[in-house]
Amino acid sequence: MDLVTFFRQNKVLIVAGKGGVGKSTVAATMALASARAGMSALIVDLEGKTAIKTAFGMEGSLDYEEVLLYSSGAGAARARRITPDDALLEYLADHSLKRISKRLVSSGALEVVATAIPGIRDILVLGKIKQLERREMADVIIVDAPATGHAMTFLTSASGLLEAARSGPVRTQAQEVVEFLSDPSRCRVVLVTLPEEMPVAESIETAYQLEDRAGVTLGPVIVNGCLEPLPPADILSEANKKSFLGSLHGPFNFTGSETIKITPSIDLLEGMAQAATFHDHRRMQQAEQRQRLAEELPLPQLHLPYLFRPSSGLNELHALSESLSRGIAGIPDPAGEDADTSDMPGVPGRKATEL
Amino acid sequence: MTGGHTGNVQHPNTLDHLTSEHSVIVCCGSGGVGKTTTSAAIALAGAMSGRRTCVVTVDPARRLATALGIEQLTNTPVPISPEALELPQGGELWAMMLDPKATFDGLIDRYAPSRQQAERIMENRIYKELTSALSGTQEYMAMEKLYELVEEGGYDLVVVDTPPTRNAIDFLEAPSRLVHFLEHRLFRMLLAPTRVYLKAVSIATQAFLRTISKVAGAEIVDDAVAFFQAFEGMEEGFRTRAEKMSALVKETSTGFVLVTSPRQDAVTEADWFAKRLHQMGIEVKALVVNRTHPMFVQGEELLQSLVTTHLADAPTLPDGGAGTGSAEDYLKSLLSLIPPPVHTENTAIVTDPDTIFELLLANLLRYQLIALTEQHTYSDLAAHLATAHRQDPDIAAGSTAPAQRPFAVINVPLMTEDVHDLEGLKAMAGALATSARA
Repeated sequence: MDLVTFFRQNKVLIVAGKGGVGKSTVAATMALASARAGMSALIVDLEGKTAIKTAFGMEGSLDYEEVLLYSSGAGAARARRITPDDALLEYLADHSLKRISKRLVSSGALEVVATAIPGIRDILVLGKIKQLERREMADVIIVDAPATGHAMTFLTSASGLLEAARSGPVRTQAQEVVEFLSDPSRCRVVLVTLPEEMPVAESIETAYQLEDRAGVTLGPVIVNGCLEPLPPADILSEANKKSFLGSLHGPFNFTGSETIKITPSIDLLEGMAQAATFHDHRRMQQAEQRQRLAEELPLPQLHLPYLFRPSSGLNELHALSESLSRGIAGIPDPAGEDADTSDMPGVPGRKATEL
Repeated sequence: MTGGHTGNVQHPNTLDHLTSEHSVIVCCGSGGVGKTTTSAAIALAGAMSGRRTCVVTVDPARRLATALGIEQLTNTPVPISPEALELPQGGELWAMMLDPKATFDGLIDRYAPSRQQAERIMENRIYKELTSALSGTQEYMAMEKLYELVEEGGYDLVVVDTPPTRNAIDFLEAPSRLVHFLEHRLFRMLLAPTRVYLKAVSIATQAFLRTISKVAGAEIVDDAVAFFQAFEGMEEGFRTRAEKMSALVKETSTGFVLVTSPRQDAVTEADWFAKRLHQMGIEVKALVVNRTHPMFVQGEELLQSLVTTHLADAPTLPDGGAGTGSAEDYLKSLLSLIPPPVHTENTAIVTDPDTIFELLLANLLRYQLIALTEQHTYSDLAAHLATAHRQDPDIAAGSTAPAQRPFAVINVPLMTEDVHDLEGLKAMAGALATSARA
């Protein structure tokens, strides 16, 4: 599937996952990938964090006002914040309560009311996202959702409120949000995970719950932090080390860099062998988890590489966005009448987890 | 470690200090850094030093939960077979997986003046929402359970894992927030919505209430009134308990352990959290840095011979101790020179020795450089915490602590397998002790 087709399937992508799996990085990667494909992307952050800007190599946290993160030709990536408080204040303003909203906030009355109407904050945020979608504020709207647990609450708040509120504008709002979330042509949830025991287990559980309880359609699962394969390291074994050393020609310097010149030695080969063994062992563990995820959750997987950086910036984001694009290119086109795709999750009319 | 006596170990390491001098250990940090596993490993270390220990976990990984024998939400701790753990005399390990709803129900039972009132509350829709969905409830219930276990459980040590909140500080503020909620004047007004009382509230609030009723529907307001009425008379009990919980957290026998991953974003968050704790008068007793990358060759030597001497203006490489910004930047710039691990179809069938050498060397250098960079990423935080620790009046006075009690920076290396069973947990407890001793 080409990138534009992928991002045109629906306007809103909600990126969800456990804490620490790189949700914000993935949201930023998707925005950059679509911008590089000439589309306009808008990231909506619900907490006013710094992670999105950091991913684009910028400093500071996101504001209520949109900020441009990247542009190239027709494509652009922007981001803004919509916290529950932002959405609540905006809602009050829309209902001619702007004059008193400040006092309500300072007296704490707003907090009490928001607590007494469970889910109201989430409904207002989702309502605001729905409004951005309706006003076509961008080709793609990418929502950096709260960490799962919270994400489940967030996405099921509308159906919960429908049961509680039997009349009034809040009910109407909740109804519209439920319709929006359950319409695969408007919104999909993308789960982010790591190829490790605990995140995989949680993703599987979350996926089924999200479909059952929030009625959302799931897009591909993004598996972040995948280790890439190495050449077989047995060439560095005790028996082979010496002859391998003898077979090297050199000179060695890393591509694009004249500054790192290397002299091979037995000690160096020993270190290389240890690192390669460790790497391969972890990669095998990852492969097991990826396999388990594929077996238990029949959704396409998109793999993003582990980049060996303790923090990331725009260069890393470009590398990730290229990996993402390659992965998307490998997803079969759902529009085709292909017999194979009838089993593919994400096809309208068929639930991913029914298989 | 398995000596079996508490308090009089000859050469105690900092982990022993942690588990023997505290009756409560709170593990906090942002989501996904391994708090649950760390809590369980610290609790195991406590049990291995002969203490009756209980760990309260929130949302553990299934296989770990299975290993601990707590596959379902429980409201009471279950013991883990001492044989399986090879615990010394007196050492016990109990574990439980927090059930926020059952804990809240227990609290209602405790404070409701009558059975009928308790039932009225538990049947209320808002109460049900409050216990299942509302963020903050899980945090509050973790605190409540901790308090209950400390007061009534008879444990030497209770280790608590905090819920993955947006701001980990929510955990500490949750009890007072609930009390604030129950005592808010708007709530009082809902309790007694008489004309007289309405006069006492601001016009803004009146207008707001009318609007709520209009926009959210009368049912919501009715439910809310019923909910608050059901709670009538219980605020006092809740407030007293919340105050006791706040006091417990600040006692010197309560130790906070900050858990982080070595990633920049997690360390930044841990730093912020440490500052907030400091403002609240709480000192962090140990820093656990989870899943740091291993060093395969003594990093400095290797890099010195490989890289530094080849760089005309390279600064001296750091010794792995307190780092400077420039050394960190230098390492990052080195890392950026190593080609990233790109996906290639034919890596496995490469035969040219020079290419294999370059690929495997790049792999080694990536591991070495990320390990060194990680050390620098968290060394500033560790230095701040150690300074704050030395200035802590309890330690300065030397009342309970032996002189020169060091601040613990515990580094848990990334293992080839993730911790998911008792063996893994033992290995992690061992790694904690080893790192604490170093």
